Amino acid sequence: MSAATARSLVEHFEAGLDAPICLTWELTYACNLACAHCLSSSGRRDPRELSTRECKAVIEELQRMQVFYVNIGGGEPTVRRDFWELLDHAQAHDVGVKFSTNGSRIDAQAAARLAACDYVDVQISIDGATAEVNDAVRGQGSFQTAVDAMSNLAEAGFGEFKVSTVLTRENAGQLDALKAIADRFGAQLRLTRLRPSGRGAQVWDQLRLTAEQQREVHAWLLAQGEQVLTGDSFFHLSAYGQALPGLNMCGAGRVVCLIDPVGDVYACPFAIHEQFLAGNVREPGGFAGVWRDSALLRELREPQSAGACGSCGFFDACRGGCMAAKFFTGLPLQGPDPECVLGHGERALAAHGKGPRPMPSVDMSKRRPSRRAPRRLPVIESPPSPVIESPPSRLCDQSPVGPDRREPAHASTGLRAP
Amino acid sequence: MSAHIDLDRAWRLDSQVALRPERFGALAYHFGTRRLSFLKDRRLHEVARTLGTRATAREACLAAGVCEQEMPRFARALASLAAAGMIHPQKGASA
Repeated sequence: MSAATARSLVEHFEAGLDAPICLTWELTYACNLACAHCLSSSGRRDPRELSTRECKAVIEELQRMQVFYVNIGGGEPTVRRDFWELLDHAQAHDVGVKFSTNGSRIDAQAAARLAACDYVDVQISIDGATAEVNDAVRGQGSFQTAVDAMSNLAEAGFGEFKVSTVLTRENAGQLDALKAIADRFGAQLRLTRLRPSGRGAQVWDQLRLTAEQQREVHAWLLAQGEQVLTGDSFFHLSAYGQALPGLNMCGAGRVVCLIDPVGDVYACPFAIHEQFLAGNVREPGGFAGVWRDSALLRELREPQSAGACGSCGFFDACRGGCMAAKFFTGLPLQGPDPECVLGHGERALAAHGKGPRPMPSVDMSKRRPSRRAPRRLPVIESPPSPVIESPPSRLCDQSPVGPDRREPAHASTGLRAP
Repeated sequence: MSAHIDLDRAWRLDSQVALRPERFGALAYHFGTRRLSFLKDRRLHEVARTLGTRATAREACLAAGVCEQEMPRFARALASLAAAGMIHPQKGASA
């Protein structure tokens, strides 16, 4: 083995790459749903949104940096009038796209158009295997809307799209049923973690998995292997002793990041908060300049302290878990994940989690709940928040390093070092 | 999937695969299958990059500085790439 490979791949990734492996791009905060747990507190369009021309310039920059694909989300990205134009531009510039949608705009015609695109992948969000469970968090009628979109894609011959689900206490008992829905449409199931980001912070205590459910999910995912994608969402569960497929590391600022609708670049796709704001693509150096020179990103690429986890025998497995989950629950970034499977998170929450939790810097939630808004959960009022907020649940695809069998980086599909 | 490929025939990179050089080696991305692989050795990147221009995979390896002793490991790596559809045998060019 050469000196260059003496470091493990993960160590290389932790030190950061010259360009992200992939990134999350929230095209708009506008959304025709008002999901209770929306990571990006989406709802209304931000008038400062990047223009079509600016978006195209970002795409061209990503091509120059050889960022092979972006995970586009929002908000509901398809509500942008230039959505299809941008999709075409990305394809013409060797930037693959996977976009997340609630399905409301995926009619037969759109499905046929998508089926004709070579480098586009689609991810339809449902957060329950039944209308009852799904609509409680995503809004009345949203389950049927998503299933109709799936049906349209299947009929158009799109091939294997993704069905994306944020796991909650309510749907964790529906894993097999969720898989069956994906199977029925020739799609692949993708499960991601509920994060206390955006409006998710307000329902996290009530919707997060119980300890027992975490264990069941871990076992179920292990049994599924690479059949079910997770975007490396659940690497904190590796501390049960057996790692899930994927790189099992936090890629924030190292191999992934987020661009929000107004061009702000955040280190973590799940932390739209000024503390993780690295810069803006409108700056003279563009996105590449932010990625390479941001002091924040450089700091994240330095070796990180394990903090309170340093003495834990499982630290090498879970690496302390998810930065965003810690941050938005008021926990120190160096220390256990709030959902640490060994229970250290619960103790940390008891010790630190009493004070005010950081609010998202951006909140574009609709000021008034719509008729279709989720009923069972408290409807979110826009909390008066400082500045920014972040990624929607669908874009969960972009977790740290996507260990997806397909789009993202997958350790096990990587070659064994020759 | 076979653990080895025939090094003594001609191979080529899939036309939909792009390589991005990295300090550790390279990223290989297949736009058609949306599959990403990590090439964990710079010489493997060089092999993949030049594969289509060499008469055999072995020649590409040797030219990239791979010694005979390391050949089985590179053959396994190339087999993984072949299984992922990243590289293909060149038609009508078997040695």
